[in-house]
Amino acid sequence: MRLVVDLNRCQGYAQCAFLAPDVFAMHGDEGLLYDPEAESAQRERVAQAVAACPVQAILVDEMDMAAAGRTAASAEAPHA
Amino acid sequence: MPDGSLDRLKREGRIVVVGASLAGLRAAETLRDKGFEGTLTMIGDEPYEPYDRPPLSKQVLLGKATADHTALPRRREIDAEWRLGVPASGLDMATRRVKLADGDEVPYDRLMIATGVRARPWPNEAEGELDGVFVLRTRDDGVGLARHLDAGPRRVLVIGAGFTGSEIASACRERGLEVTVAERGDAPLVGALGGVIGAVAAEMHRENGVDLRTGVMVTRLEGDTTGRVRAAHFSDGTTLECDVVVVSLGAQRNTEWLAGSGLGAGPRGIACDAGCRAFDVRGIVTDDVFVAGDVARSPHPLFGYQFLSLEHWGNAVAQAETAAHNMLSESSDRRPHIWVPAFWSSQFGVNIKSVGVPSMGTEIMITQGSRAERRFTGVYGYQGRVIGAVTFDNCRWLQFYEQQIEATAPFPPPFPTVDRRSDGQRPIPADFPDPSVPTHGPTITLSGYSPADRRMTFTPAGH
Ligand SMILES: Cc1cc2nc3c(=O)[nH]c(=O)nc-3n(C[C@H](O)[C@H](O)[C@H](O)COP(=O)(O)OP(=O)(O)OC[C@H]3O[C@@H](n4cnc5c(N)ncnc54)[C@H](O)[C@@H]3O)c2cc1C
Ligand code: SF4
Repeated sequence: MRLVVDLNRCQGYAQCAFLAPDVFAMHGDEGLLYDPEAESAQRERVAQAVAACPVQAILVDEMDMAAAGRTAASAEAPHA
Repeated sequence: MPDGSLDRLKREGRIVVVGASLAGLRAAETLRDKGFEGTLTMIGDEPYEPYDRPPLSKQVLLGKATADHTALPRRREIDAEWRLGVPASGLDMATRRVKLADGDEVPYDRLMIATGVRARPWPNEAEGELDGVFVLRTRDDGVGLARHLDAGPRRVLVIGAGFTGSEIASACRERGLEVTVAERGDAPLVGALGGVIGAVAAEMHRENGVDLRTGVMVTRLEGDTTGRVRAAHFSDGTTLECDVVVVSLGAQRNTEWLAGSGLGAGPRGIACDAGCRAFDVRGIVTDDVFVAGDVARSPHPLFGYQFLSLEHWGNAVAQAETAAHNMLSESSDRRPHIWVPAFWSSQFGVNIKSVGVPSMGTEIMITQGSRAERRFTGVYGYQGRVIGAVTFDNCRWLQFYEQQIEATAPFPPPFPTVDRRSDGQRPIPADFPDPSVPTHGPTITLSGYSPADRRMTFTPAGH
């Protein structure tokens, strides 16, 4: 599945790295590295990260999400 | 298209997008979002569907992703006809046709140009073709460079210490490779951020084991008998053995294909109005040709309506959305593209971000943190107002300064409450080099007021 993070927006809150550590990792104190083409097995976790990102910086492929049935879109955001 | 035919354009019009990358894709998605049901053609000279470039100098070189796996996610289905692997070679504005290098022609009612920039090549062509010599702009470049780094070169030479060059050097060090950086200026990043911040960047390079050489030029690359690069010669008379060279000397705008078309396009980009409509060479705005992304230069009210060229990811997205919106709007519904420039970079484990136009600043003041800790905010002043800001591992302050820039707030910032160390007692000269010295890396260029680069002879009527 494809994803991109708008790193202008990202403020390094690390929610994504916590929820989907195989896809997102902090690099230094506030930098973020991510795998732009994550395994489809990570879909659920990535969807949780998308929902939890406090600045909505993570964009996931629409077609991929449709395939996942948006199950995780309503996942509790730990920030909320 | 005559007035009143907007509905027809939306229903059955033909829109052509030249440049199938970030700006092109986001424009296409926006067009469909706004209800465009006609024919959409995406023309791109690379054989790949739109992919993301920033990871090429970061994740990809660190081995956290591969260059052929950065295809951009889609925000929606765009139902386009893709013409990939074939460059547009010309434009006929009178008959509204884009010419392709394979001889085909594609007619349009509205045209969107997003051909971006390309890496400036090594000036000596034969040396640039040596095995082991790279630029880094495309997916193919990324694949080749990553493969050469995987092979464990003994030394990598990076020529140019702009953002991209610095990121490459940083990735090499993180992988344990020996790397030399050669920079003509006095420090890395000086063109974008000035000498005060450049000095911090230089320390970061050296602390991380980069052999940084400033104030020096590479004069010649030397190959072995099999055509592999083996050494570089410097202007100070020294020679360096290296088996990978990355030429990171900034970018050139992809406008050559528009030569002779009558569009206001030249080496500095394609001039457009604040609504992304391109100017022709006479300085008259077109109604049906729009531009966005790295190739565009547009006037910005916050920066004296000077034309601004940006090589920024966020600008490509925002400008593409505005261009697409305006393409399908009556004149009264059009929006200006007045995005505040914003940029990020990541090197040596430090997150660097900027907003506004730091390079317009004449002074800088460290308002939070300290340079010694590599965690600070620097604010740039120009004629008594805040014009830009940079943060090193301090990005949560950036939004505040973005608002200050938008509000043309006074410089130096007067607030007494901010965390001010010894660094920040007063503004100091930002120390930008002579603007005629070319800078590297993705950055910002103010390119004056003239809509088209081509000069015309003015002959008043009746003479
Ligand atoms: C290694 C690297 C790292 C970067 N890092 C950052 C970063 O950290 N932060 C940031 O803000 N920005 C960064 N950028 C800049 C960012 O990638 C660009 O601003 C963005 O890609 C601009 O998008 P664009 O669509 O305008 O142009 P481009 O992405 O350049 O796309 C233009 C496309 O048009 C094609 N084309 C050109 N001429 C023709 C023709 N005649 N016919 C058909 N197609 C044509 C090109 O081949 C290309 O595919 C980086 C860029 C690179 C290369
Ligand atoms: S959760 Fe969002 S803001 Fe936090 S690190 Fe991830 S992308 Fe950045």
